[in-house]
Amino acid sequence: MSGGEIIIKGGFVIDPTQKIDGDVKDIAIKDGKIVEKVGSSAKVIDAKGKVVMAGGVDIHSHVAGPKVNAGRLLRPEDKLRSGTLRSSKAQKNGYRMESGFSIPSVFKTGYDYARMGYAFVMEAAMPPLMAPHVHEEIHDTPIIDEAALPVFGNNWFIMEYLKNHEVENTAAYIAWLLKVSKGYGVKIVNPGGTAAWSWGLNCLKLDDQVPFFDITPQEILTGLMEANEYLGLPHSIHVHQNNLGNPGNYPVTIDSLKLAEGVKARNKFGREQVMHSTHLQFHSYGGEGWGTFCSKAKEVMDYVNKQKNITIDLGCVTLDETTTMTADGPFEHHLHALNHLKWTNVDVELETAAGIVPYIYSKDVLPNAVQWATGLELALFAKDMNRTFITTDHPNAGPFTRYPRVIKWLMNKKSREAVLATMKNMDKVIDATNIHTIDRELNLYEIAQMTRSGPAKALGLAHIYGGLAPGLDANVSIFDLNYKDMPKDPEKIEAAFQRAAYFLKSGEIVVKDGEVLTHGHKKTIWVNPKMKEIPQVTRDVSEAFRKGTYTVGISNYPVREYLAPHPMVIDVDVEA
Amino acid sequence: METVTLTPTKTPELMFEGYSITPDAFAGKTAAEIAELPGHEGKIVMKLGDFFTVSGNGGATAADTNIHIAGDCTRVKYIGARMTAGSVTVDGNADMYVGGWMKGGKVLVKGNVDSFCGIQMEGGEIEVLGSAQNHVGCAYRGDWRGMKGGLIRIHGKAGNDIGTFMLGGTIIIEGDVFIHVSTHAEGGTIIVKGDVEGRVGGQMVKGEIYVLGKIMYMMPGFKKVDRVEKEVDGVKAVFDHYIGDLGERHPKSKGKEVYANLYVKAQ
Repeated sequence: MSGGEIIIKGGFVIDPTQKIDGDVKDIAIKDGKIVEKVGSSAKVIDAKGKVVMAGGVDIHSHVAGPKVNAGRLLRPEDKLRSGTLRSSKAQKNGYRMESGFSIPSVFKTGYDYARMGYAFVMEAAMPPLMAPHVHEEIHDTPIIDEAALPVFGNNWFIMEYLKNHEVENTAAYIAWLLKVSKGYGVKIVNPGGTAAWSWGLNCLKLDDQVPFFDITPQEILTGLMEANEYLGLPHSIHVHQNNLGNPGNYPVTIDSLKLAEGVKARNKFGREQVMHSTHLQFHSYGGEGWGTFCSKAKEVMDYVNKQKNITIDLGCVTLDETTTMTADGPFEHHLHALNHLKWTNVDVELETAAGIVPYIYSKDVLPNAVQWATGLELALFAKDMNRTFITTDHPNAGPFTRYPRVIKWLMNKKSREAVLATMKNMDKVIDATNIHTIDRELNLYEIAQMTRSGPAKALGLAHIYGGLAPGLDANVSIFDLNYKDMPKDPEKIEAAFQRAAYFLKSGEIVVKDGEVLTHGHKKTIWVNPKMKEIPQVTRDVSEAFRKGTYTVGISNYPVREYLAPHPMVIDVDVEA
Repeated sequence: METVTLTPTKTPELMFEGYSITPDAFAGKTAAEIAELPGHEGKIVMKLGDFFTVSGNGGATAADTNIHIAGDCTRVKYIGARMTAGSVTVDGNADMYVGGWMKGGKVLVKGNVDSFCGIQMEGGEIEVLGSAQNHVGCAYRGDWRGMKGGLIRIHGKAGNDIGTFMLGGTIIIEGDVFIHVSTHAEGGTIIVKGDVEGRVGGQMVKGEIYVLGKIMYMMPGFKKVDRVEKEVDGVKAVFDHYIGDLGERHPKSKGKEVYANLYVKAQ
């Protein structure tokens, strides 16, 4: 909505982009943007005694597309835990029924994010062939702005180009694919490993050979990193590393992060990192097996802290019954063999795959308890909160609706100790982790960095989201927390972040007292790299379709305009 | 002990979701407050008072509250669902999910019930004087954790999918059953006093099934091991004893594999 003038008066403003930490200030809004001032007739929102932040930015969440939908089909029982399905208020406002807990319906996804004051969510893995489906679901998710990252790490074209280190061709293919899939950036999932899965194999180390393609995960990662900077995309490569979830995987993690050393970020969007390493919790384990499984969060963060051109997100385990789903097909099969619960696998032609398995993270199961501690430790060992973002790798480590709980644990040692004290293996958990000895409690400014300014900058979207400076989109969340007198009871922190007192999306009040008022005006963001065509790449792509390597024709491959009817296109001029 | 009487006044146009009709919800409330309790009819939130007249107040706790529905509830779902104590008596029929997820207390339906009666039940007792449709005491769709405890007794016959994924408790069907009994079960006991068409104990890991009538088509995964005399729900008889499902994984106890047991009355 535009036009209406609003002024948010008297709140404790927290905006790391302007280094504002709890100052009592007014925020003025006009035509959907934040402005310096508004007239005296502006609608007044009284935020006195409340915290005012920018709308949240989620850098990594699986919320739309065939994988999520396969999860919904696999787990009808997830709907038993929907919570409030149909409140009378909802009915009055004419909005749609909500269902699901770990794999909520598109409507619940939009509403729940809005209730938590989130303005932007990145769908973390889009199979390009299935991009039309991803965009249809994104379009049906109300309120929040979204974008999607196509997966490249096991793509046959990419592997063919990179085995000869053809960076320019790789970049041209990326540019083409981002355009036709209306994608945002370069996602890499288990580089080489998912392709190897077609042969029943996996790549657990950086120098493992991908069968048939004669390439290694390391070559895929460095090649895509170079291509990404060649194009100057708003976001860096977004990496789910090899050997996820296994004991003793942290050296592979650090080796992968080291590939960023000496690489410079080249873009016009204010992004400083060249690699975003996602759900780092799943990659920060020591031990030789499940018996000696332990946290290596400190070792991993010691490296992250000194290497300034990487960013990370946590992937915190929230100790819930959830649904794991990833393009890391071999990992999901491995997980199914561990927990014997139902499993499904999807293969996406030349591009990627996906696996889905329900998972119950129990505080009384030692490895799960260690995972819980590891996720929180990553944040508590971090020195630069603007490079460390809160996620649960929704729904893999827990549903996104648990962000408020993660925030509570990070802000309050007592609440962490309370969970620890109820664990069956408390002493063993304390031995295998650092959580018990860490006294650090994050403050609201740091939380705002981790959920707002930081991820917006890492995505190259700091000119739209993540702050409250004039000119930015008027996405403002107001939480019922007194900055000067924070509650002694940690539960009140969680409750405040779960249901915002107000949430304004693009200058429109979409949530009041934790209840959704309107479907808002969502946008789909995609990146349009303007790179000169390379005839060889054009020929390779059209030949592949012509020969029938895909099951669809090239004219049916792109995402049509009508599937993303509210686009916001970010043009990138590629200077070769 | 207090008794709240609900008398149906109107047949719902759509099915009425009577999830508030439990001793737990009625406890500590007056008749007027009970009439205000919510229930959905389609997407619309209605009140119990829209479909019933309410007389009598709830007891102090669920255990002190009896609910008597003096009439037919063919179009009312979720009666007694999730209740923990007390009792519910329905004079006529009831729709789906009677006593679903219940933990304690007793539900008595004098007519028939529709599907999902006692789904994922954990404790307490359900008695149906008429017949039941499908999915008696089974797991929710997709879930692998079925009925854990309690007793369901159906005096008439039942449809298919009885006790799917059952982990504990007892289901007694006094009449005939169609197909799929104790599929995927890892515990619990099912007694069928009539005949079963087939698919008894498919993929069953642990637990007991007694069939006092005939099984028309046996599952190939069951092997006859001996003939035993047993007393089952007051009936003494000689049974052919089968173990199975041999195609399924089975846990070991003291070095020996534990199988599910199927007892079929010797003819």
